[in-house]
Amino acid sequence: MAQSTSEKLVIIGNGMAPGRMLEELFEKAPGRYEVTIFNAEPRVNYDRIMLSPVLSGEKEYADIVIHDDAWYAANGVTLHKGAKVAQIDRTACTVTSENGITASYDKLVIATGSSPFIIPVPGHQLPGVLAYRDLDDVEKMLTGSRGGGRAIVIGAGLLGLEAAYGLKRQGMEVTVIHLMPTIMERQLDPAAAYLLEKALTERGIEIVTKANTKRILGETKVEGIELEDGRIIEGSMVVMAVGIRPASGLAKEAGIAVNRGIVVDDGMMTSDAAVYALGECAEHRGTCYGLVAPLYESARVLADRLAGGDAEYHGSVTNTKLKVTGINLFSAGDFADGEGREEIVLRDATAGVYKRLVLRENRIIGAVLYGETSDGSWFFDLMKRGADITAMRETLIFGQAYQGGSPLDPTAAVAALPDDAEICGCNGVCKGKIVATITGKGLTSLDEVRAHTKASASCGSCTGLVEQVMSLTLGEAYNPAAVQPMCNCTELGHDDVRRLIKAKGLKTIPAVMQELEWKTSCGCAKCRPALNYYLVCDWPDEYADDYQSRFINERVHANIQKDGTYSVVPRMWGGVTNSGELRAIADVVDKFEIPMVKVTGGQRIDLLGIEKEDLPAVWADLGKAGFVSGQAYAKGLRTVKTCVGSDWCRFGTQDSTGLGIRIEKFMWGSWTPAKLKMAVSGCPRNCAEATCKDIGVICVDSGFEIHFAGAAGLDIKGTEVLGLVRTEDEALEHIVALTQMYREQARYLERIYKWAKRVGLEEIRRQIMDDAGRRKAFFDRFVFSQKFAQVDPWSERVSGKDKHEFRPMATVGFSQAAE
Amino acid sequence: MDMNWITIGDISDIPLRGARCVRTPQGKIAVFRTAENEVFAIEDHCPHKGGPLSQGIVHGTAVTCPLHNWVISLETGKALGADEGAVRTIPVRNDGGALFIALESLMIAAE
Ligand code: SRM
Ligand SMILES: Cc1cc2nc3c(=O)[nH]c(=O)nc-3n(C[C@H](O)[C@H](O)[C@H](O)COP(=O)(O)OP(=O)(O)OC[C@H]3O[C@@H](n4cnc5c(N)ncnc54)[C@H](O)[C@@H]3O)c2cc1C
Ligand code: SF4
Ligand code: FES
Repeated sequence: MAQSTSEKLVIIGNGMAPGRMLEELFEKAPGRYEVTIFNAEPRVNYDRIMLSPVLSGEKEYADIVIHDDAWYAANGVTLHKGAKVAQIDRTACTVTSENGITASYDKLVIATGSSPFIIPVPGHQLPGVLAYRDLDDVEKMLTGSRGGGRAIVIGAGLLGLEAAYGLKRQGMEVTVIHLMPTIMERQLDPAAAYLLEKALTERGIEIVTKANTKRILGETKVEGIELEDGRIIEGSMVVMAVGIRPASGLAKEAGIAVNRGIVVDDGMMTSDAAVYALGECAEHRGTCYGLVAPLYESARVLADRLAGGDAEYHGSVTNTKLKVTGINLFSAGDFADGEGREEIVLRDATAGVYKRLVLRENRIIGAVLYGETSDGSWFFDLMKRGADITAMRETLIFGQAYQGGSPLDPTAAVAALPDDAEICGCNGVCKGKIVATITGKGLTSLDEVRAHTKASASCGSCTGLVEQVMSLTLGEAYNPAAVQPMCNCTELGHDDVRRLIKAKGLKTIPAVMQELEWKTSCGCAKCRPALNYYLVCDWPDEYADDYQSRFINERVHANIQKDGTYSVVPRMWGGVTNSGELRAIADVVDKFEIPMVKVTGGQRIDLLGIEKEDLPAVWADLGKAGFVSGQAYAKGLRTVKTCVGSDWCRFGTQDSTGLGIRIEKFMWGSWTPAKLKMAVSGCPRNCAEATCKDIGVICVDSGFEIHFAGAAGLDIKGTEVLGLVRTEDEALEHIVALTQMYREQARYLERIYKWAKRVGLEEIRRQIMDDAGRRKAFFDRFVFSQKFAQVDPWSERVSGKDKHEFRPMATVGFSQAAE
Repeated sequence: MDMNWITIGDISDIPLRGARCVRTPQGKIAVFRTAENEVFAIEDHCPHKGGPLSQGIVHGTAVTCPLHNWVISLETGKALGADEGAVRTIPVRNDGGALFIALESLMIAAE
């Protein structure tokens, strides 16, 4: 036989990795091997990563073929198309395909790639449920798209989003369902994910995050899906793109060491010295790669080994780009922040640019770029080389083009702008006009410049620039108003942040952080709870509360104690109770062996020292007796204390108990900037201590005197009088309107008395007492927001919400110990 | 020292920017997951006055203690800023989502 001198190399799988390996091998050791390839797919080697442009119609199959039939012939390769290997016999050194072809090998390469993961929810086998892995899948999607309708893509990773974009281009309506709160969370930080989500939404792709698929609906074909929360989305196609698994089953059955993938050493050799694994099916030093660049690196190593060399593969650093036309996105390396790491963040909200570099010991270890990615490969190169960037630290983020020049001084940059450069985009104000007005009118403060030029008077995002123009014009004379920034993550104060959230329609925390150019990627324990409150207040119907931005008490709806246990305070409307309620409390105390029961300063009962894990059970029992959470932990409505009033007291002028209960029932559940406590006293003797509360009512013969802005905690201060109203209805309306005004205007953690001092008592009286239209509008907005807020958090948790919060993740060690 | 890798569950059991605790014979361990999917484990016991760190707000790779706002690094276990103190960190392995913590085998044997 002519070829008897050559060794037999058999390859299982004809994907991109072995394709590249063979090219290298034929170059290094031409003629050394007689190559046989088995491919489950009935075709040659094509560029799998270009399937997305085929789906979107931007390319055709013929454009993405890597090796055509002529290539195999020229290299003497036998390619069995449509032949899936069913078995490897390591003793006989043969492989056999399902369709009965057997080939013997001297060396075997397993390159079976990955299999898409299909979530086994009911309905997953219905026609119309597709994966996204090979050309057959693309053809099925294209056929399905011709009928129009809606495609539902499960999974907003790289593949899912590319599928969504392709299907949209093919004329379908598209909804993407994603389990996590942000999309592409493996590659992107929340800031970049926000920008991407926005761009995709603008392209008409609907994205639903935090959504878990419960079942796929339909009898004979897909008709839609049902989410865990009961929502139903109708659609004629479901594409599952929730992840891949290394196709390692064949190797495992043959007794080769398999972990997640087929375990290989630095020479790509498996536990059997005659067998190698390559591509996505291989696991090297604990990592399975799912991108071609690292596979190509290891392909080169394997080719060298097969050619008799001793090259070693040491693992790869990877980077990702998304192939959606018009979207520029790049991510690489490890971009989590942490101690010993520094980050450089550049945000340009107008241009939709976000860049973040993560450094450790003056070396780049991670990068996320959105909007402007031309420097991606440069950063990636610096990162792979581990280059010390100290010398260019200041200008690094501006990219390669800036290196070598002198460092940028922001004032110098503004000085260099021509007079007709636009500074304020909203109001079309240019630099020359601002300078001329400052000098002409002798302006010295930002507010004056705003008033006279309108620059920075709308969205405010150019404030920084305007201030630079001012300091340029006025020199030392300009002393920027000392705004106390919210925290170290931003230069902006609370008021600016609140104003900009409204002006720019920002509806998520990542949106705020991007558009307002936050300096950190995920905020801190100061700004996150504040932003969460502002968004809850401003967009009650649209904003999805960010649980992880709440302080523990508001997360578990109980008060944490010094020993890590919790206290539970049920609502006791207006401080009134009865034997049934007291009995239920007594039973709960016995059942859960609650160590302390105390009457609070707020006219209700506190159960102290409850273990976190018992909370849902305690609430379940309290709930059966009709109790809801007293929100003793909330920056929200706490208690409305009352006295006995006209029903019993010989001095009572009105039903103070009744009014207190009515207010509490109307307002419970609402979130406020700081805690909100109220009281209603039946006469000026004031037994409910209404004149030191946030809002208080003193009942008098002629009606109801509404008080506000008292304090009796860290500060002590009597209330101010808002005004006198005649009826209970009016009292309620005024109190609610005042609360809403406070909710919309105060800074997070600012009690009413501090807010009132800042905005002025007169201004508050004018808006609430004198301006009936305004009062009504405040009232209506409060009522609207209550629709979403007045849900008892305890009963929600008794029925399973946030289950994980109340259980340890695992209990370990005890059983071993017992043995 | 001998390490015992003990399975504790899946990464998806922990909310992003959140934490869960694991009970061990030597006390609770808090396992954190950051916004960027990194997992850390430390003793659930603040160096200040023993606050349960698993209940704090997670930001970057730090957690703010729920009792008196000390900020603890999840990577080193050290208090950041002006405060001084540290908690023990526990090695975690993330195997494609499956999480393991390393407990010294001594520790289990000792019980
Ligand atoms: C239980 C209670 C004491 C009692 O045993 O009576 C109490 C307990 C706490 N108070 Fe209070 N306050 C209680 C009535 C008050 C009162 C009196 C009142 O409401 O009529 C005041 C003065 C009025 C006021 O609010 O200013 C009061 C002023 C404070 C302050 C100071 C607030 C301020 O801005 O000046 C704090 C600290 C804070 O909020 O930052 C505070 C904080 C706390 C905290 C939440 C401390 C904490 O952060 O852990 C305590 C929670 C213990 C728990 O787990 O229950 N507590 N606290 C009272 C619960 C009332 C209720 O039924 O909800
Ligand atoms: C739509 C899409 C877009 C992508 N985009 C990118 C991107 O932008 N950038 C990037 O780096 N990567 C991307 N990837 C990933 C990239 O395509 C893969 O990492 C790469 O193709 C893996 O190569 P491989 O040779 O290991 O496996 P594959 O290319 O999957 O090839 C494996 C082959 O083996 C066959 N096979 C399996 N079992 C058997 C058996 N028992 N017998 C015979 N044959 C078998 C399979 O049918 C398949 O043809 C994308 C992937 C997809 C699906
Ligand atoms: S006064 Fe309030 S905050 Fe202070 S110890 Fe008593 S309950 Fe706690
Ligand atoms: S116990 Fe943690 S800060 Fe005090």
